[in-house]
Amino acid sequence: MVQLRLFARFREELGVDSEQMESDDLRCVDDLLSRLRQRGGAWSRLLSEDQRIMMAVNQEMANPQTPLQAGDEVALFPPVTGG
Amino acid sequence: MVTIRVDSEPFDPNHEVDLLRGEDPAIGAVVSFIGLMRDLNEGDRVDTMFLEHYPGMTENALEQIVKLAFERWQLQGCRVVHRVGELKPTDPIVLVAVASAHRKEAFQACEFIIDYLKTQAPFWKKEATENGERWVDARDSDDEAIRQWSQEANDR
Repeated sequence: MVQLRLFARFREELGVDSEQMESDDLRCVDDLLSRLRQRGGAWSRLLSEDQRIMMAVNQEMANPQTPLQAGDEVALFPPVTGG
Repeated sequence: MVTIRVDSEPFDPNHEVDLLRGEDPAIGAVVSFIGLMRDLNEGDRVDTMFLEHYPGMTENALEQIVKLAFERWQLQGCRVVHRVGELKPTDPIVLVAVASAHRKEAFQACEFIIDYLKTQAPFWKKEATENGERWVDARDSDDEAIRQWSQEANDR
């Protein structure tokens, strides 16, 4: 399993703060994104390939090719706006 | 010394700078940037702002950014304080204060740290305006600032 975490607009519009996901067939973050897009609705709209999405694995900035393994914490969020 | 803090309470930037400059008699220059909450954005009056962050990752990201600055310039110390939670207009949002022996390093490192913070640290602003709530969009000019820093590193 991996733990998915969502922040800001993603958390709010998807109504999910965090969830456990089966990770057997997830080699990298892009696999996880594809699976989430298959849910349709707001998932496919917010996570579509033309959207700017930032991602982190185990609290370090990541990219779609970053590999995943069981126990990882994967976060998806819109571009950051602090400062 | 490096101090990084994510704070849900208001902070006094002057006090933070005083603490930094008192740390080490070798400090000859302190440069600070204070980001403040404005009461106007995109033409709308903003009454309050809520800052969300990713606890744990936020502190790690800020530490990484400050580490990059210490690798690039000769620095004596640094304090980064960032507010989260609910803010009112005129509240300080962020302080980046950098100490060095001479001014040039401190000026450059301060700008570098705030530029990276804006694009790499997981904070998100949500504004409550007279027309309802909205998430603030990221600015392309912030990404451009990062490209310039990495270009400059490649040119060295």
